[in-house]
Amino acid sequence: MTYFETQHLTKNFGGLTAVNDLSFAVHQGEIFGLIGPNGSGKTTVFNLITGFYPITSGAIVYRGGTIHGLPTWKICKQGIGRTFQVVKPLRRMTVLDNVVTYAFNRSSSKAEAVAKALEVLDFCGLRTRQDQPAKGLTIGDRKRLEIARALATGPDLLLLDETMAGLTPQEQAEGVELIRKIRDSGITVIIVEHIMHVIMNLCDRILCINYGQEIAAGTPLEVANNQAVIEAYLGKE
Amino acid sequence: MNSRPWVLGIIGLLLLAFPFLVPSDYYRHILIISLMWVVIGSSWNLLAGYTGQVSFGHAVFFGTGAYTAGLCVTKLGISAWWGLVLGGPVALLVGLVIGWICFRLRGPYFALATIAVGEIFRLVAIAWRDFTEGMEGILIIQTYRSKVPYYYLALLLAAGCILAIHLVMRSKWGYYFVAIREDQDVAEAIGISTFRYKSLSLMISSFFTGVAGAFYMNYMAFIDPHVVFSLHDVSIMAILVGIIGGVGTLWGPPLGALVMVWLQETFRSSFFGLLPRWVSEAHVLVFGLLVIFVIRYLANGIVGDWAHIKQLIFRSKAASFSTGGDRS
Repeated sequence: MTYFETQHLTKNFGGLTAVNDLSFAVHQGEIFGLIGPNGSGKTTVFNLITGFYPITSGAIVYRGGTIHGLPTWKICKQGIGRTFQVVKPLRRMTVLDNVVTYAFNRSSSKAEAVAKALEVLDFCGLRTRQDQPAKGLTIGDRKRLEIARALATGPDLLLLDETMAGLTPQEQAEGVELIRKIRDSGITVIIVEHIMHVIMNLCDRILCINYGQEIAAGTPLEVANNQAVIEAYLGKE
Repeated sequence: MNSRPWVLGIIGLLLLAFPFLVPSDYYRHILIISLMWVVIGSSWNLLAGYTGQVSFGHAVFFGTGAYTAGLCVTKLGISAWWGLVLGGPVALLVGLVIGWICFRLRGPYFALATIAVGEIFRLVAIAWRDFTEGMEGILIIQTYRSKVPYYYLALLLAAGCILAIHLVMRSKWGYYFVAIREDQDVAEAIGISTFRYKSLSLMISSFFTGVAGAFYMNYMAFIDPHVVFSLHDVSIMAILVGIIGGVGTLWGPPLGALVMVWLQETFRSSFFGLLPRWVSEAHVLVFGLLVIFVIRYLANGIVGDWAHIKQLIFRSKAASFSTGGDRS
């Protein structure tokens, strides 16, 4: 059984086709990279998977069942967590309260949610910030909180949308480490990223899209040397 | 922080002893009305302050509760006190239906829809004379001539409402309400059915507002559509109580209720007869100016900006410039 796949996924916004007949499969336990130039439809794919937009046609299959058409919150309950490209902390809550809120997704009591939240804060290296209001965090810590949110909901499949953008090289290295740790804990990861050395370091397999269509797929090395990918990013000679 | 239980205890004792300390029926009446507004303001704040769904239509629930109590007498021939039992559930059901319709809208559109619903209820209550007696209103006979029983009942309702909201806000529901206020997309993405939890918040809010309405019928013994379904005397007043005290804080609306009822009474009586009669007509103007002042200088209300106010008053450099308030 395929763990996760999209079948002929298509999304039209009026006359614009943002995602066009896109099919790809993700295996359990891998880190799957989704790359492409600006405006190629990567974030739209995430919004389709998580039910923020209804799909136009095709199918999204997760653990043997179709999930397209479900409301966003039910998709989260099924075990798909996501981060947002533009970080969205619950601004007027403390860091701990943020993560406690997220942890209620799979907790039956408040004590359980708090325990889970503290565990996630430790995991993401945010424990020292727990009593700060979320709006006062640095961008690096906000990105961590974004990941902490998705983790605290107890996902099986995690969608990371440009979690490294705007970070210093030092913070990026820490981020790569964190994502590896997440994978090693048994969570499958789909990652959208522009920073190439991060993608090349992390991913088991990569799908490159442009204008919402697949242009290349394979291991990082294969994709990086693919002529169509180079042309999409840099243009033709 | 440790002084808090003491302060609460002393305020509680003073409130319990109030009818014995102050024999004047006039001041007892002011405090009874204030306590009723504590209930309405706190209920409004649960929905608007904590859950972020600003309602301009809380008169619907207040009026529904009041009319439930009134109709117990005129239609069922039972005591209006049954309204205290039935008013909350009936208002809750009305809230459920309104939420089902209006929660499809977000932000300002939701607020506009609640204004419309409020006006619909008022106009229907005027027009449906067979059922509501129309503009003649409903007149009942008060059970007690003394203010004291009403005072303790109002105190019980206010304390119960504040305690209930306090407990809700410490639970999963409270966290989810604030998450919805902060970002509905995030709330959905972390597994919250925003529709379900917005409806829950509205149900609690409309329940307590309905109970307050039923209390009003029993206490004042007369209602008509313009009084209990009023846009500016109930719906807008609920908002003023909330924002002047502090939106999204537990103690903001109770404080706001005291301030607003006292201000309203000061104007209604033309500063207790010290100023000419026309001053009483100016209260809407003054409320408007007050709102502008609060939004400009104390955006988080008296409780929410308490640290700021302390700093202004005492000019103390030690006072921190935090935004204060619980989770706001």
